[in-house]
Amino acid sequence: MMPKECDGPAVRMGILEPRQMTGDSFFSSGQGICSGFQFVEMSSRKSKSNNLKHSECLSQVQRILRERFCHQSLHSNLFGVQVQYKHLIELLKRTAIYGESNSVLIIGPRGSGKTMLINHALKELMEVEEVSENVLQVHLNGLLQINDNIALKEITRQLNLENVVGDKVFGSFAENLSFLLEALKKGDRTSSCPVIFILDEFDLFAHHKNQTLLYNLFDISQSAQTPVAVVGLTCRLYLKIFKEQLSLPAEFPDKLFAEKWNENVQCLSEDRSVREVLQKHFNVSKNLRSLHMLLMLALNRVTSSHPFMTAADLMEANQLCSMDSKANIVHGLSVLEICLIIAMKHLNDIYEEEPFNFQMVYNEFQKFVQRKAHSVYNFEKPVVMKAFEHLQQLELIRPMERTSVNAQREYQLMKLLLDNTQIMNALQKYPNCPTDVRQWATSSLSWL
Amino acid sequence: MAHLENLVLCRESQVSTLQSLFGERQHFSFPSIFIYGHTASGKTYVTQTVLKTLELPHVFVNCVECFTLRLLLEQILNKLNHLSSSEDACPTHITCETFNDFVRLFKQVTKAESLKDQTVYIPPERVSGMLLPLPLRGPQTTLQKPVIKEVLDKAEYLRDMEANLLPGFLRLQELTDRNVTVILLSEIVWEKFRPNTGCFEPFVLYFPDYSIGNLQKILSHDHPPEYSADFYAAYINILLGVFYTVCRDLKELRHLAVLNFPKYCEPVVKGEASERDTRKLWRNVEPHLKKAMQTVYLREISSSQWEKIQKDDTDPGQLKGLSAYTHVELPYYSKFILIAAYLASYNPARTDKRFFLKHHGKIKKTNFLKKHEKTSNHLLGPKPFPLDRLLAILYSIVDSRVAATANIFSQCLRCWVSDLQRPHGAPCSAECFRSCRRTFLPTAFLELPLITSLVTLQLLTLVGHDDQLDGPKYKCTVSLDFIRAIASVSPLYVLCSLLITIQLQFSVLLSPLNVDGEL
Repeated sequence: MMPKECDGPAVRMGILEPRQMTGDSFFSSGQGICSGFQFVEMSSRKSKSNNLKHSECLSQVQRILRERFCHQSLHSNLFGVQVQYKHLIELLKRTAIYGESNSVLIIGPRGSGKTMLINHALKELMEVEEVSENVLQVHLNGLLQINDNIALKEITRQLNLENVVGDKVFGSFAENLSFLLEALKKGDRTSSCPVIFILDEFDLFAHHKNQTLLYNLFDISQSAQTPVAVVGLTCRLYLKIFKEQLSLPAEFPDKLFAEKWNENVQCLSEDRSVREVLQKHFNVSKNLRSLHMLLMLALNRVTSSHPFMTAADLMEANQLCSMDSKANIVHGLSVLEICLIIAMKHLNDIYEEEPFNFQMVYNEFQKFVQRKAHSVYNFEKPVVMKAFEHLQQLELIRPMERTSVNAQREYQLMKLLLDNTQIMNALQKYPNCPTDVRQWATSSLSWL
Repeated sequence: MAHLENLVLCRESQVSTLQSLFGERQHFSFPSIFIYGHTASGKTYVTQTVLKTLELPHVFVNCVECFTLRLLLEQILNKLNHLSSSEDACPTHITCETFNDFVRLFKQVTKAESLKDQTVYIPPERVSGMLLPLPLRGPQTTLQKPVIKEVLDKAEYLRDMEANLLPGFLRLQELTDRNVTVILLSEIVWEKFRPNTGCFEPFVLYFPDYSIGNLQKILSHDHPPEYSADFYAAYINILLGVFYTVCRDLKELRHLAVLNFPKYCEPVVKGEASERDTRKLWRNVEPHLKKAMQTVYLREISSSQWEKIQKDDTDPGQLKGLSAYTHVELPYYSKFILIAAYLASYNPARTDKRFFLKHHGKIKKTNFLKKHEKTSNHLLGPKPFPLDRLLAILYSIVDSRVAATANIFSQCLRCWVSDLQRPHGAPCSAECFRSCRRTFLPTAFLELPLITSLVTLQLLTLVGHDDQLDGPKYKCTVSLDFIRAIASVSPLYVLCSLLITIQLQFSVLLSPLNVDGEL
């Protein structure tokens, strides 16, 4: 392969920013989402007009859609990142074919398609004949390689350098590092294979001690040695939001069913309530993964007896997605525990969010129970203490400082982690709530 | 499935959600599922039953058992190894120290399993550990991916382990490129798990609490065969009536139901009432249940003790729980010290003059007092007091009359020093003792070992640094009920109990009290 002269520094830091998704384009590509369900049969495939049995059909539907939602398959289109994609593939080609060293950092929020972008680029790169024979790839992940030692061993393992026997890497950290650097430095553009390093969760690598690995990698990529491209993926900078589309058609054996399915999807996309649901969802979170979750929930309802997705499915899925989990937990508490929470709420109101202890809460509870007409039995103090500790276990209340051995549990200062609106909403839904408890919640004054 | 519904009561919608999430065996499922709900709401049981019935290969790990990284990862790998190995081969124990090794070994172990099912030749990868998805590695026919479900119970403990563990598990499907689903079960809501920089959000599933009807149904399900279902259902009704407002935990309720059933059946067994005589049965068992709430429910006494009491038919009124036993064993003088400590902790220092001196002046109500009238020390907790104050209050409580009759004081320091040749332990006269006490100094050494022994028992605590030898401050850490129990044991302590009652009134009214030797 012919080395090309390159002027200027070989290192370039490029930032690929995924494009922001605006509301309009969301809806126009809302068609795109729904068309993701469309199946275009390949005309070249001579498929017999097999009317698959209904359940088999659905099984196929489930399989394809699940693979798309759960497994991030590679067949999706790159909506909105075409520019970035071209840029990236150019860079990588230059490293692989012309031996130029490069580095690039891909930044974007979670779920915006960074990993998918790089996987696509690599796939396309590997299809070029001369590249697939020569290029070596090393994939590192910040979650797995939590310090430089492990990272170095992993690099050595993936490059299959000589100090690897089977899977075990021998030698100390210093030996491995010098070995690796030797191996990489010995080459030059004419005779050595280019290496592409892909660092996922890049920000975690930047937290390693002395950042030895990063320093060395970038250093090598600067000098005239083995051509190296370093690609880092991170999500720490929330610069712009990007939304990808699921609109890749796939082939499907049963034409008739596919047509019906497509029609159904078309109807859904024009339905007003579905658009409302999608808009609500978009307002909360713009990334693709939460959309996948919503569609997955709706997909769960597709069975043999209910073969086509309806608007009701999507609405119910949306409701499940946007549940308030703390309200659910409060729903399952016993009456005594609810009374304690109401007592804490009143203390917060009177003393303006100052921390309280169990004794104060118990006092407040006693004031309620000793009213003339009440339905809550006057429980003993240890029983009330057990209910209080259960609330602490559920992390609805939290101690202000760590429990020390010397402090008594009744006098330890605590904070309530629910606010008033949450409590009142939860009380509305609470089943079999005694009336006077509910009235006590609204006002702490006793008018009896 | 009807079979599943018989095994799992009142959880139809959750079971069907789980089943549809898992889908068919070869389908992909969501990479991570987070199930939350109250304790005893069936999360562990339902998950395990569904996985067993669908015969999906799964690994079940409890994060309370595996409290370190290494224990957790090794247990998962070894269990996987057991799953995938044949019956006669004994799999070797796998060791794994980091999450990186875990991912690598996971792929190896699950690859072995997939090879067993395959007739397809999988070309060997050039570099092991590559994270590229399989289709890139060359021509292949359809690969049957092995399905594995990993269940991590009590997942809230994962938060306290290494920071990369939770995000790593949530992404395990992507990192290992296998069809693996990680299911996290926890009581705590998902919002408290989320790491600061975000992570792959799992599918969140809620297991709602059982309603009272559901509880009734489940509890009535395990009725003993010798009695009719209606009889047991009536019993459960009574039990729920007493305990439902306090506790909705299914496990506790079942335990209580089993413990108290013999008492309920007693009249029937003895022949005093028939099975249908619900009113009589209720009258018999209700006080018993109320007593159970104070003892067995709080684990003050053990279940076997409770059963013994039931069998012997003793009056449950005389039950002594765990927390009631401690005060009985204190020595005589220590009890006085403890009472003095309690008074010192809960009375503000400026009131000592009024309570403990024979002739005190009037205490003027200052502005400070007016503002803080309502906040009783009982709400805020005990305050620290110096040793001198404790001794002062102690001597004013312990009357000379009491001291003389109780023969436990041996000698005051002066006598001890001057009469070293005296036979050991001969007490000094009451006069000598009283005069010594007024100056505090000589007899202080008697009380100090008693005080330190109270500190060891954690009835008092030392506040401040250990190094401060000249001015140690203490705090009383027992409750009012405890002190009352001590004070009521003997009539000699009536004085003290009266003092305590007066002290309680202090925060409400500030009228002058005549606290003298003659009360």
